[in-house]
Amino acid sequence: MVQAMAGTIRVDGVRKWYGDTHAVDGVSFDVEEGEFFGILGPNGAGKTTLLEIVEGLRKPDDGDVSLLGVRPWPRNPRLLPRIGVQLQASSFFERLTAREQIRTFASLYGTPAADADHWLEVVGLTDKADTRTEKLSGGQAQRLSIACALVHGPDVVFLDEPTAALDPQARRNLWDLLREINKQGRTVVLTTHYMDEAELLCDRVAIMDHGKILRSGPPAALVRGLDAPTRIGIETGTVPLDGARQLFPDAEISDDGVSLTVSTRNPAAVLSALAERNALRGLAVRGASLEDVFLDLTGREYRA
Amino acid sequence: MNSAQRPLDHDPLEVSGGTGDQPASAVATAPPAVADRPAPGGTGGRASRTTSFLTLARAMFLGFRRDRAGLFFTLLFPLVFLIIFGGLFRNAGTSPQDVLEVGSVPLIDQLPADARAELGHVFKITKVTDRAVALNKVRNGDDAAVVEQVGDRIVVHYSAADATAAATVQGVMTSLVQNANVDATGQPPKFSLDTQAVEDKSLSYIQYITPGLLGYAIAIGATFGATSTLVTWRQKKILRRLTLSPVGVPTVINARIVVSMGIALIQTAIFLAVGAGFFGLKLSHYWWMSVPLILAGTLAFMSIGLLAGAKAKSMEAASAIANLITIPMAFLSGSFFPLDSAPGWLQSLATVFPLRHLNTGMLDVMVRGRSPVSVLPEIGILLAFAVVLSAIAALMFRWDDI
Repeated sequence: MVQAMAGTIRVDGVRKWYGDTHAVDGVSFDVEEGEFFGILGPNGAGKTTLLEIVEGLRKPDDGDVSLLGVRPWPRNPRLLPRIGVQLQASSFFERLTAREQIRTFASLYGTPAADADHWLEVVGLTDKADTRTEKLSGGQAQRLSIACALVHGPDVVFLDEPTAALDPQARRNLWDLLREINKQGRTVVLTTHYMDEAELLCDRVAIMDHGKILRSGPPAALVRGLDAPTRIGIETGTVPLDGARQLFPDAEISDDGVSLTVSTRNPAAVLSALAERNALRGLAVRGASLEDVFLDLTGREYRA
Repeated sequence: MNSAQRPLDHDPLEVSGGTGDQPASAVATAPPAVADRPAPGGTGGRASRTTSFLTLARAMFLGFRRDRAGLFFTLLFPLVFLIIFGGLFRNAGTSPQDVLEVGSVPLIDQLPADARAELGHVFKITKVTDRAVALNKVRNGDDAAVVEQVGDRIVVHYSAADATAAATVQGVMTSLVQNANVDATGQPPKFSLDTQAVEDKSLSYIQYITPGLLGYAIAIGATFGATSTLVTWRQKKILRRLTLSPVGVPTVINARIVVSMGIALIQTAIFLAVGAGFFGLKLSHYWWMSVPLILAGTLAFMSIGLLAGAKAKSMEAASAIANLITIPMAFLSGSFFPLDSAPGWLQSLATVFPLRHLNTGMLDVMVRGRSPVSVLPEIGILLAFAVVLSAIAALMFRWDDI
């Protein structure tokens, strides 16, 4: 483990409160170069405030932030070209077309218009170039706003809930784009309230609730750390309930009339036993997810 | 987005000296065909201030030009007022009264030519013979009065139904008779009376209403321009987004100011063209002095807009506040009708509105022909409004809706 490298982002004991509300309550984390880092939590957990403090939009009431080696607050014009920011709302100039929009942002950074047009192509909006942003679909608008954040070639990209309010197909398209951005070597920090998204995209996630980071690490490690049983489901009737109980006395077994579910810490044995009996109809194997981690940490169901 | 993307050439991310002072080297944006393009700008990805300024100004102006509702209220709506008022009151105050002269009235007929011409401005005299028909016409309101002379006695028949016309005719006839009496004594008159309107004599209604409505249009345009930029940009987080770009807040403000000033000058050009082209507006020699007045006025109105938008959470709320200010302001500033007959306290109250000072100044240099120096106080007052109101707005300003 190489620990000594200066992190691209260092957050140390950051606090921010509004009146009596602790929006961010003593948060520390590091993000290394090229990492895909996710801040995960339900709405109102303080993700956006935290992100805006790291970006330099807000001054922390306490604690310290270092971004690419410098303090982002107060506003540091030399740092700004190296970071790309997509804010929660679709921050567009009103009544401009997609092309005008991204060219405007490009121009603010001294980036040639050709690069702007290239980014339109990258996010698949070339055929929407002359459409006003008000007329774009949710997914298109999000892709454009991400392109606007990237048009000047930043090293670190901050995305605040980039897939909020998108339909599943649009979300998946966006995931591909985000992975690609990260593959190019950029450090990506995103907030999300979708567990599956964080699990799929992020190298590391920080699970946040009530202004605090409850736990952080690679999603797989967090889930593994739970030591939760694997749930194996097959179609109801494939194996009778009683038979299943006899077969797997150590497992927890339930049947909701659609699926028969076996919760076990020894999935290999269960699966081979079922396979021997040719009883794999409708098979679904689910390990624990980040939702279980959240449940474990907070004692309550995850509410997005 | 695939393997054709050129790879990122990395700088070490650590910034020596903690200054962040190094050019951005990440140019993953270049399309394959231009893969060898150097880092954007070569200055750490920063556009020159002028470029940023022009870019923002262009974005704002396009936003304005494509906003149909905004265009309607800042350009068309006041222009419709101008057309209606200009057309309605084209001859107001100058239309002569129709007077019927029955038989011969030597008092009128024997007037010298210049006095006759003078009388022609107030009376349109028609000679008739049938006294009964003439009286009937007055009774019906077709004509203002019938005048006849019996010996040395002048008789004016008027209709009490039209008090204004009756008073005008009586007044004019009285003075004619008295002049004739004085002349008859052979003495030069001891007293003389000169009347003079405080305005230039040519200050017909169009001369008055064009600057007034133009002031109204400019007030609406600048107030709402500033409000909508402030409120919608704050709502959409564009303001915050811009503070995270190399563009500073001053550049954003300057761009908005220049765009609003440009819009005000466009409004001016259109109003003056329509007024002069269709309604006989005559500009005085120093009309160009209205340009600095208008620019100062634009600043004052923008500061009103900033004030209206400083705390408003939505554009609807902000425009309600802006309307609450601009509409009474337009009436009390004499944009639609002169305030000369308004009570004194109302006239004093009107001075709290920048539009009052803009209107006064524009009337002075556009149509009254007063010297350019005479409006310097108005320019000063407008700038003072801008400074004070902007300062208050800055104190009230919030970055977020919460």
